[in-house]
Amino acid sequence: MRKYDLDRIRNESLARKVLLVSAGFLTFIIIALVFFIGQQGLRTFLDVSPLEFFFSAKWSPDTENYGALSFIVGSLLVTFLSIAVGGPVGIAAAVFMAKLAPKWMLEIMKPAVNLYMAIPSVVYGFIGLTVVVPFVREFFGVAGGFGIFTASLILSIMILPTVISISTDALLAVPSMQEEGSYALGATYWQTIWHIVLPAAKPGIVTAVILGMARAIGETMAVQMVIGNTPRLATSLFSPTSTLPSEIVVEMGNTPFGSTWGNSLFLMALILLLISLGMILTVRRIGAKKAVEA
Amino acid sequence: MKNIFRKTAVTALSLVVAAGLFAGCGSDKKDAGTASPQKVEGKVAASGSTALLPLLKAGQEEFYKKHDKVTINLSGGGSFTGQKQVASGAVDIGNSDVALADDLKDKGLVETKLVGIPFVFITNKDVAVENLSAGQYVDIMTGKIRNWKEVGGKDQKITIVHRSKSSGSRATIAQVVLKGAQFTDDAIIQDSNGSVRSAIATTPGAIGYVDAAYVDGTVKALSFDGVKYSIAAVIDGKYPVYTFGRMFTKGEPKGAVKAFVDYVTSSEFQEKHAEQKGFVPVTKMKK
Repeated sequence: MRKYDLDRIRNESLARKVLLVSAGFLTFIIIALVFFIGQQGLRTFLDVSPLEFFFSAKWSPDTENYGALSFIVGSLLVTFLSIAVGGPVGIAAAVFMAKLAPKWMLEIMKPAVNLYMAIPSVVYGFIGLTVVVPFVREFFGVAGGFGIFTASLILSIMILPTVISISTDALLAVPSMQEEGSYALGATYWQTIWHIVLPAAKPGIVTAVILGMARAIGETMAVQMVIGNTPRLATSLFSPTSTLPSEIVVEMGNTPFGSTWGNSLFLMALILLLISLGMILTVRRIGAKKAVEA
Repeated sequence: MKNIFRKTAVTALSLVVAAGLFAGCGSDKKDAGTASPQKVEGKVAASGSTALLPLLKAGQEEFYKKHDKVTINLSGGGSFTGQKQVASGAVDIGNSDVALADDLKDKGLVETKLVGIPFVFITNKDVAVENLSAGQYVDIMTGKIRNWKEVGGKDQKITIVHRSKSSGSRATIAQVVLKGAQFTDDAIIQDSNGSVRSAIATTPGAIGYVDAAYVDGTVKALSFDGVKYSIAAVIDGKYPVYTFGRMFTKGEPKGAVKAFVDYVTSSEFQEKHAEQKGFVPVTKMKK
């Protein structure tokens, strides 16, 4: 009896240690990652002035020009454009799924949206390259067809599942009492959704939009295949340009590690990491605020 | 419970130590191989150019048939990685399709030419031009000529599709064709030969360059200064757009490394495999 108890206590403390070690290991990896990328990336500033890196668009490592402005602008542009298209469409789809769709339809759509999330980005990129690029070229009559517009179009579709599934959950969580109160006061269906349901679900919807943006800014493969990867500032919706991840993936492979060139690619990765981190922190703050209000 | 844990840890640790010892033994044997050329044994580690990998893989298989006591590890990583790793001693052979980087020139690396790598300029099939002069290629690639009608084609915008600034292929074209002039940045960049070809095949008015092995029916191969690409034209010295695949070793190769380098540069191996993999046998080339 006593032996058994002793074993149990031992097992429990072992389990606790395993959990602690796993959690510690995970935290360590994240910190090490940020530290490594940061340390390697910040070394760029030994050879390149921050002014040049952030405010020049001349990227020409052969002649020691390391201006990353066009990549930063490119990344921000495709992110905002894709959320401008994908955000409203995704939220509208979420409203339909949460409030209007009959139950049987919801049962088909929910797994469909999840399935959508599992499509590898190279598939989007491939369809983009073989279908969307020629379509944009023909339809808008532009040379090439590679560029910001094509990349944003594909991204706006890629972020839909993130936006839809998180917004749907937020909308479903709105207490039905509020809706019923609204109907009782004589509000129409549309008025209820617009004035009651959407404002009540706002924190969740904002979270959905921000996570959608985080997905868009980090997307590499699909964007790389259709944006053209031209190290130049975009001058129109249809001009080919580069984003931070696409530039990293195109050049990293053959760039010697530890060179100024390699370091500046790490610096781009650091910028990307900080932007994503900022987005996640915003989401957390929204979550915390919501918890206080509730 | 704790005991089992400890035992596992001890076993794992001793395995690691044993593996380390084993690996140590392997590299010692490499030098021992020099004594009798008949029986080479040891380990050869090579890394670098991914373009040369298919050829070297074939070389590895054939080489094993003759020398079963040699282990050859081949890995990719890119030409510059190969050069760096052989200079630092991490590998025995660094494979590269570009010349030695300037900052590695004082590291005592010895270059052995492995194979000729020809490049071909390709266009979309709707381009009505068959041939361009060297000067016209330079003007197109630097962005001076932007419309096909300026070189005898139809009135159509020229879209350049090529490789990134860190690519060895791009470095070769910059050196052999552009001779120091700068590529225009107004171009679509793709990250491999295959994606350059498919982007050119689907983009009207597109031009770019790929390794000769990647030319197929989906695109149109252009002549260079009136010379159509063929292996014979490269061997005769008529077709100038090529570079060498090279193997770098730290000092003259010896032992198993020498045996492998000698084998893959032998005319027996070259004539059987090089052309089939899209390269020009180095044994047939003049230089």
